[in-house]
Amino acid sequence: MITKEVDLAIIGAGPAGMAAAVKAKELGLERVIVLERAEAPGGLLHQCIHNGFGLHYFNEDLTGPEYGERFIKKLSAMNIELALDTMVTHLYPDRSIIAVNSEWGEFKVLPGATILAMGCREKTRFQIGLGIPGSRPAGIFTAGLAQRLVNVDGYMPGTEFVILGSGDVGMIMARRLCLEGAKVNAVVEFMPYVGGLIRNEVQCLHDFQIPLLLEHTISEIYGRDRIEGVKVAKVDKGEIVEGTERSISCDCLLLSVGLIPENELSIEAGVQMCEETGGPMVDEYLQTSVDGIFAAGNVVQVHDLVDNVTLDGERAGEGAIKYIDGKLKKGPREIKVLVGENINRVTPQKIVGPEEVELLLRIRQPMENVELAIGEHFRKKYRVLTPTEIVKAVLKPSDLAEHFESGEIKVSCRSRKKGAGQ
Amino acid sequence: MSVKEVICILCPFGCKLEVNVGGGEVTEVKGNRCKEGIEYARHEVFSPERVLTTTMRTLNPKAPLLPVRSDKPLPKGKLEESMGVIAKHTVSAPIQLGDVIVSNILNTGVNIVASRSMAKKS
Repeated sequence: MITKEVDLAIIGAGPAGMAAAVKAKELGLERVIVLERAEAPGGLLHQCIHNGFGLHYFNEDLTGPEYGERFIKKLSAMNIELALDTMVTHLYPDRSIIAVNSEWGEFKVLPGATILAMGCREKTRFQIGLGIPGSRPAGIFTAGLAQRLVNVDGYMPGTEFVILGSGDVGMIMARRLCLEGAKVNAVVEFMPYVGGLIRNEVQCLHDFQIPLLLEHTISEIYGRDRIEGVKVAKVDKGEIVEGTERSISCDCLLLSVGLIPENELSIEAGVQMCEETGGPMVDEYLQTSVDGIFAAGNVVQVHDLVDNVTLDGERAGEGAIKYIDGKLKKGPREIKVLVGENINRVTPQKIVGPEEVELLLRIRQPMENVELAIGEHFRKKYRVLTPTEIVKAVLKPSDLAEHFESGEIKVSCRSRKKGAGQ
Repeated sequence: MSVKEVICILCPFGCKLEVNVGGGEVTEVKGNRCKEGIEYARHEVFSPERVLTTTMRTLNPKAPLLPVRSDKPLPKGKLEESMGVIAKHTVSAPIQLGDVIVSNILNTGVNIVASRSMAKKS
């Protein structure tokens, strides 16, 4: 078996993996290998042909392919070994990797550090609640798969659509399908508020007069060989309201019902996982519970913007270099980051170092006039926060110092009532 | 005098604006939480524009589609017609990101450009 000894191995050449590789190389690391399952680097960016990428990182409004190409160019100019069409089959606690491709056969990678950048995958019909009952005809797709078919492969999966889930992917696909001449009969959303950005609600749904059914769900799928329609019903406090069911016809149902970090390899390596995020527990350098294994991007938690995934990748690249140089000594003390009131999830889950730390968090439901409170000192007021967006909070060493004593710091978000001081 | 409803997209509030229009001008905007909503409402009522992103057929069977975009926002009312124009075109590699594929589409002064590069053999 071929064995490759490298300084850094990165699993996945999507936005997180590319950013990590470029950063590590820029900071002087010699031997960097990126292992990618697909035939080209770039990950999901190829199929995300819409704009709205890079507004924060580049201060420009780019499409997915444009954003991706900036990193692909850097990657190929930097003498980074890129193994395409390569499937990683095992990751071990000593961070060594077994992978396979048609050029080297099954091979082994022995890295000084490993970065997990596998991204996430879409939930299916059977991964939401108790699943959607009914028959199993053709014509049911996840929104991301349909996006690939329409934008990359050049196939229309149907002519008349219903979309379940009003996240950004679902809404963007609704517009895309309309532009390509299909009819979108409804976007159905379980929650009482839209799942994606307001911009997408206006420009993808309202612009094309697509009905958005809030607090609704699909309670049955009709059709034998091909889907013929769905039964939608109103939902109240998570329960279907009897007597509100009605049928909507369609020959294609798209599911945009959430994403799950892809962590089979992480689990095999013994990485400790976090229930709220579905990804590995990480510290502020993005190191997991296993020495020398780092994680970045949607494998850690599903991000809102690719810009944040890029920053995550860069941070993991920097962390990995510090680790390789022996500068990431784990101190005797650490702070556990606790999820408090109105908070859905926070990364990193623990803080180990003496430096400034950026927390990424999501709140539970849309809130107006709120105060974010982290530990004893950090307070920040917001006019509006929504669960669609990741909130960033930078903690200074002085915000953290005393929490090293107690070993924990709590993040919470409270509404600010008029007259009720601090 | 007429009333138009516009949802402001400038921040996550998503204010529902009631825009009074008379004599070709916005006479009053209600429902905005900040001043910027007024300008947004004016623009959205009189000259709404959108960036168009779509794909174009290529002659390369391994990469049958080229993602393209408008280099500037197009008038909202021209999107469908623009799709029709783009559908009539095919392109072949090599293509560089930013290459103009349809110039001055529908005399709008807006170009349709390649959103990625495509090598001759890919």
